[in-house]
Amino acid sequence: MTYLFLQQYWWLLVSLLGALFVMLMFVQGANALVLCLGKTEDERMLLVNSTGRKWELTFTTLVTFGGAFFASFPLFYSTSFGGAYWVWMLLLFSFVLQAVAYEFQNKPGNLFGTNTYRWFLIINGIFGPLLTGTAVGTFFTGANFQISKDSMLMGNTISEWTSAWHGLEAVANPWNVCLGLCVVMLAITLGLLYIMRNVDAAPIRDRARKGLMIAAPMFVVLFLLFVGYVLMKSGWAVEEDGSIVIEEYKYLHNFLQMPVVAALFLVGVILVLIGVVVGLFMPSKPRNGFWFAAAGTVLTVTTLLLLAGWNGTCYYPSFADTASSLHLQNSCSSEFTLRTMFFVSLIIPFVLAYIAWAWRTMDKTPISSAELQQTEDKY
Amino acid sequence: MDLVLLSRIQFALTACYHWLFVPLTLGLGVVMSVMETIYVVRGDEAWRRIARFWQKLFGINFAIGVATGIILEFEFGTNFSNYSWFVGDIFGAPLAIEGILAFFMEATFIAIMFFGWEKVSKRTHLMATWLTAIGTMISAWWILVANSWMQHPVGMEFNPDTVRNEMMDFFTVAFQPTAVIKFVHSVCSGWMTGAMFVVAVSAWFLIKGRNQEMAKKSIMVASIVGIIGTAFCMFAGDKHGVDIAKTQPMKLAAAEGLQQGSNEAAFSFVPGIEVPHMLSFLATHDWNGYVWGINDLKEEGEKQIAEGKMALEAFRTYRENRETNDSVAQAALATFNEHKQYFGYGYLDSADELVPNVWLCYWCFRLMIGCGCIVALCFVLGIILGWKDWLEKYRWILVLFLIGLPCVYIAGQCGWIFTEVGRQPWAIQGLLPVKAAVSSVSAGSVLTTIIIFATLFTALLFAEVRIMLRAIREHNDK
Repeated sequence: MTYLFLQQYWWLLVSLLGALFVMLMFVQGANALVLCLGKTEDERMLLVNSTGRKWELTFTTLVTFGGAFFASFPLFYSTSFGGAYWVWMLLLFSFVLQAVAYEFQNKPGNLFGTNTYRWFLIINGIFGPLLTGTAVGTFFTGANFQISKDSMLMGNTISEWTSAWHGLEAVANPWNVCLGLCVVMLAITLGLLYIMRNVDAAPIRDRARKGLMIAAPMFVVLFLLFVGYVLMKSGWAVEEDGSIVIEEYKYLHNFLQMPVVAALFLVGVILVLIGVVVGLFMPSKPRNGFWFAAAGTVLTVTTLLLLAGWNGTCYYPSFADTASSLHLQNSCSSEFTLRTMFFVSLIIPFVLAYIAWAWRTMDKTPISSAELQQTEDKY
Repeated sequence: MDLVLLSRIQFALTACYHWLFVPLTLGLGVVMSVMETIYVVRGDEAWRRIARFWQKLFGINFAIGVATGIILEFEFGTNFSNYSWFVGDIFGAPLAIEGILAFFMEATFIAIMFFGWEKVSKRTHLMATWLTAIGTMISAWWILVANSWMQHPVGMEFNPDTVRNEMMDFFTVAFQPTAVIKFVHSVCSGWMTGAMFVVAVSAWFLIKGRNQEMAKKSIMVASIVGIIGTAFCMFAGDKHGVDIAKTQPMKLAAAEGLQQGSNEAAFSFVPGIEVPHMLSFLATHDWNGYVWGINDLKEEGEKQIAEGKMALEAFRTYRENRETNDSVAQAALATFNEHKQYFGYGYLDSADELVPNVWLCYWCFRLMIGCGCIVALCFVLGIILGWKDWLEKYRWILVLFLIGLPCVYIAGQCGWIFTEVGRQPWAIQGLLPVKAAVSSVSAGSVLTTIIIFATLFTALLFAEVRIMLRAIREHNDK
């Protein structure tokens, strides 16, 4: 295993974790619509309990994504989190609200009332995906920072953010917002498909299907717009000697030079579309839509992130100072650490296996009002 | 206020809040797992109800522990970006491993534990409960490996070309004695917290004359878990003292307010009450062992700072010349290597900076031990009274159990305040001072996030305590 291989490998893992996180944000998508999908208290309880059995996986994937990024590309961690301070803080803030909301919303004595906690879920349901998408947008559009390792010796900071907005300026670029909204719509699409699969209540399924008719096309439009923009735009490329130059159609070139990635990307997109079509137009088997769309999302997002980092591309371009742009080689951990963590990563299939087992065991039958009435094991 | 102080306050705030919930998770996890095991072995429905009651409280506490934890991980990046680069090569690994090994385990099996009573077999459910509890401890292992490394950095080498420390030996980082000691000490203090919580809540039931059978059984299990936790906690605490005397002498000197080093250092219980030679013994396991004083360490510090400045200067010369003038660069690098051990000291301006807040260290250390002793006494009494079935006979002892609950929290908080404040001015002992570790964000931004988190966490804490109290008050074991 060469150093170069390990860098690519870890970018793949970080991309995969990011993609799993986006897929698991079906929890957020469903929560965003909890008041629209559920008209009665019974129905809302069903919805909350349905996503409530999965939220910790989403949360954990986010935390692990952060940890893995830190371990493998610490300069990104240092630059982006310390620089785009507000975007990340607001994202975390929304996840803090969510973490207590499930457990507290229906408990006596919860101080703020059920509705407040439901709104926590809605806030996280919208802002979680929106901020994630906006932040990831900057992987393609670039950000405002300068890096100087020497400045640490002068008692200064290794990276300076050149915008006083500290991350919020990302909103000023419509393409970041486009990706943000796109992720919101994707989360909602997945959330609705999940609810159709996991909740056994005809009125909710009907509403979910109607919602899907709006959310899915909006997602597709936003997605095509963003992908179109990325493929037409220039990118920051790393030369043999390590210098960074701007290359026209960089991302399009990446696809052409990495045909397997491009093919997987297409397969991913098709799977998402199949999922939507099954959910919308196959009334006898609408439950099956979710897994198509989920698998498709993982493939699509992984390959999109590979597009941003592989093939000598700067995955975190700086337009304040081109030379500061982050790519895999200049931001990664040492070879020793990447190799050590490679061995640690071999546990991941085992982790995925027990998650899959637990998921199957718990979701054999969809959740229903009858079940909730009989059991104390609920939120 | 200045950025460094604010960044510290924010981290301290989130860490203290987090540690309100984590020890209960660690301890209650074990207690409830033991209870469920008794249920599965004996098939007695009473134990099933008992286990489920404590699991319900575990769930309420777990949620807010998770909520406060996510901020901490990301704060290394958001507020300490120099730190993240300077030691990220070592420090990121345990955080990633914690996620992969522990968090998924907790997240997966906690769902089975809560919602799976009717979906999986008894034994599978028991396994899920234990795996949840074990997951919390694996998580503690890796985060304490990370913290221990900040107290005692090992297994790395400074790379002058990347301007950071790089990992050389993973096993030294992951299994160094400091980490083992810290793990045992912290996790067992968590067992004490969980056990004390169960004993106190049960005592309240007994005082009120409700759920007596459940309360008595719970006190028995919890006291045993608690006393085991206490024994290991004390044992590790003793080792910890010896370890600190070697690796962080200033922290020890500050904890004792010891100005001059001595071979016959006395331990003061409170100002004025001292036992001669006892500190020497505690710190070195030798009645005449030498313990460093603050003034001696400051004298040493002067030299270290001078060397550190030379290292820093040589390193600047190296960086400036490494592409243009190789001979100058190599000479500078040689000078740097000679003094690089004290590199971090170069950031300090005077030896006074090396002294942490003595008052805080001194009192936190004593409060930790004092409160810990009260808690230990509760467990001993719990076992004796439970064994003899005298629990309802001595009402004042039940009241003592109630007092034990705030004590165990004070002990835990004070322990962490002591260990973190005592490390100051360092973010990583001897390697990087906090003032050179922070991000370049405005003080105003950090102040704003402090206010947001302080408000939010306080509000959620109130909600959590109220929910907890209601759940306890309304519990009817039948």
